[in-house]
Amino acid sequence: MSQQLINAISLGAVYALIALGYTMVYGVLRLINFAHGEVFMVGSFIGLAALSVFHLPFALAVLVAMVGAALLGAVIERGAYRPLRSAPRLAALITAIGVSLLLQNLGMLILGAAPRAYPPAIDPAPIAWLEERAGVVVTRQQVVILAATAAILAGLSLIVSRTKIGKAMRAVSEDRQAAQLMGINVDRVIAFTFCLGSAIAGAGGVFYGVYYGTADPLMGLMPGIKAFVAAVLGGIGSVPGAMLGALLMGLVETGVSSVTLRVSPSLVLTGSTLRDAVAFAVLIAILLLRPAGLLGRPGREKV
Amino acid sequence: MLCLRDVDVHYGPIQALHGVSLEVAEGQVVTLIGANGAGKSTVLRLVSGLIRPTRGEVLFEGASLARVAAHDIVARGVSHVPEGRRVFAGLTVLENLEMGAYLVRGRAAIRAALDEVFELFPRLRERRGQRAGTLSGGEQQMLAIGRALMGRPRLLLLDEPSLGLAPNLVQSIFGVIAGIRQRGVTLLLVEQNAHMALRVADRGYVLETGRIVLHDTAERLAADPNVRAAYLGE
Ligand SMILES: Nc1ncnc2c1ncn2[C@@H]1O[C@H](COP(=O)(O)OP(=O)(O)OP(=O)(O)O)[C@@H](O)[C@H]1O
Ligand SMILES: [Mg+2]
Repeated sequence: MSQQLINAISLGAVYALIALGYTMVYGVLRLINFAHGEVFMVGSFIGLAALSVFHLPFALAVLVAMVGAALLGAVIERGAYRPLRSAPRLAALITAIGVSLLLQNLGMLILGAAPRAYPPAIDPAPIAWLEERAGVVVTRQQVVILAATAAILAGLSLIVSRTKIGKAMRAVSEDRQAAQLMGINVDRVIAFTFCLGSAIAGAGGVFYGVYYGTADPLMGLMPGIKAFVAAVLGGIGSVPGAMLGALLMGLVETGVSSVTLRVSPSLVLTGSTLRDAVAFAVLIAILLLRPAGLLGRPGREKV
Repeated sequence: MLCLRDVDVHYGPIQALHGVSLEVAEGQVVTLIGANGAGKSTVLRLVSGLIRPTRGEVLFEGASLARVAAHDIVARGVSHVPEGRRVFAGLTVLENLEMGAYLVRGRAAIRAALDEVFELFPRLRERRGQRAGTLSGGEQQMLAIGRALMGRPRLLLLDEPSLGLAPNLVQSIFGVIAGIRQRGVTLLLVEQNAHMALRVADRGYVLETGRIVLHDTAERLAADPNVRAAYLGE
């Protein structure tokens, strides 16, 4: 049980790192940045290159991936979304999907579709004394990734709640015009939000790669969608909501993975096949029962 | 200080302003009165750069604002308290005020502006840690005005500051307006309450369906039989 909990939290941590980007960008732009999963993927590959080509230490590789992903986020915002700022919502949405497909295909063109092995940057062996004393298998990897995620989330919370630019982000999220009337350069705040969200997703990409040992150009797809569901679950636009939603997604997925359903002798549904279906069932259920999400404020404008 | 020259504004196919010209001299309080939908808020939105004229020009201190972004107009010394308060509901009172000082450099300067606003609205000091969305309507109006003053504007655009307030609060808002004026801030005031507006203003413009139909000193407007009939309810 505690074993499952640790796995769930690890998975939830990665989802949180992606979900935050969705939720923050939605906050300032009312746009689902569907290319966000691909930013995660690119971040993962930058980390892979940093680790296995340039042999950088883990922390530095994460940092490089964050910077690279932030730049990519800025380019996407500048190139694809800013020109459409006053266009109909649907145009921006279609563009977002287009950018996502573009990045996937560019990835396959450059890197090939086959998964690449990710170097085990941190010792993947279980921590022996924990296994002996408590009977839970926790790897050093999990501990480092969780600690790093916690640090990133804490840093982000601090930026959003305390810094001038963080407050400006919240102001723009609430009322873009009123923010302009304060002298806030809304374009700059939006660009910053993309950079911030992308950097965090980039870190998530490295953690994911290290955790699962592979990276491939389509790796952003499923985690991207799951994180999106997490963001909606928590209440899109809400930063604490995204963290909570991601944790719950991790729990639900890990929980479902461990069950096996024997529908009939020929039809046995294992958790891993059910997992994704459950994620989407969760999304549909929220949209029906609580469209604003767990921590979202009801009555706000939706996509 | 502020000058509109023959301005047209369209919202899509709807023309909201027809050849509007008006002038606000430094240090004055100028009021804009008119019925619902006359285009009063449109004039203010035009000055703060939220919308653009389809014809004519807007000059602030002699320079055209045609190509100046809304946030840069704030930097030039224009603050706009929009219709309906528009405080940032999820931010605290203090954070709202900090946003008002977004372009003010230096902790000391922000501190000083904050003290001044708290002096004007002691209630805001008490409530500084509270989320703005939980303030009463009158408190939100104070916050909206205080927030605009945080940027130390030279021209303040006020859109219906007394709307929805109890009579004694209306009195105190107009008291505040007089106080703001004494600090040397120029004011362009949009009001439904023409009585109070004409009492505090130096000059007034009357707007009817997007056209200026009358402008004069506030005293003479208040004495004008047509104005009295249409806007002063006499
Ligand atoms: N965003 C908009 N889109 C379309 N039409 C608009 C828009 N904003 C204002 N209008 C129209 O422009 C005209 C002037 O509106 P404006 O808000 O300036 O009036 P107002 O004088 O401030 O009225 P009120 O006293 O009710 O606030 C109105 O006919 C209104 O319907
Ligand atoms: Mg109005």
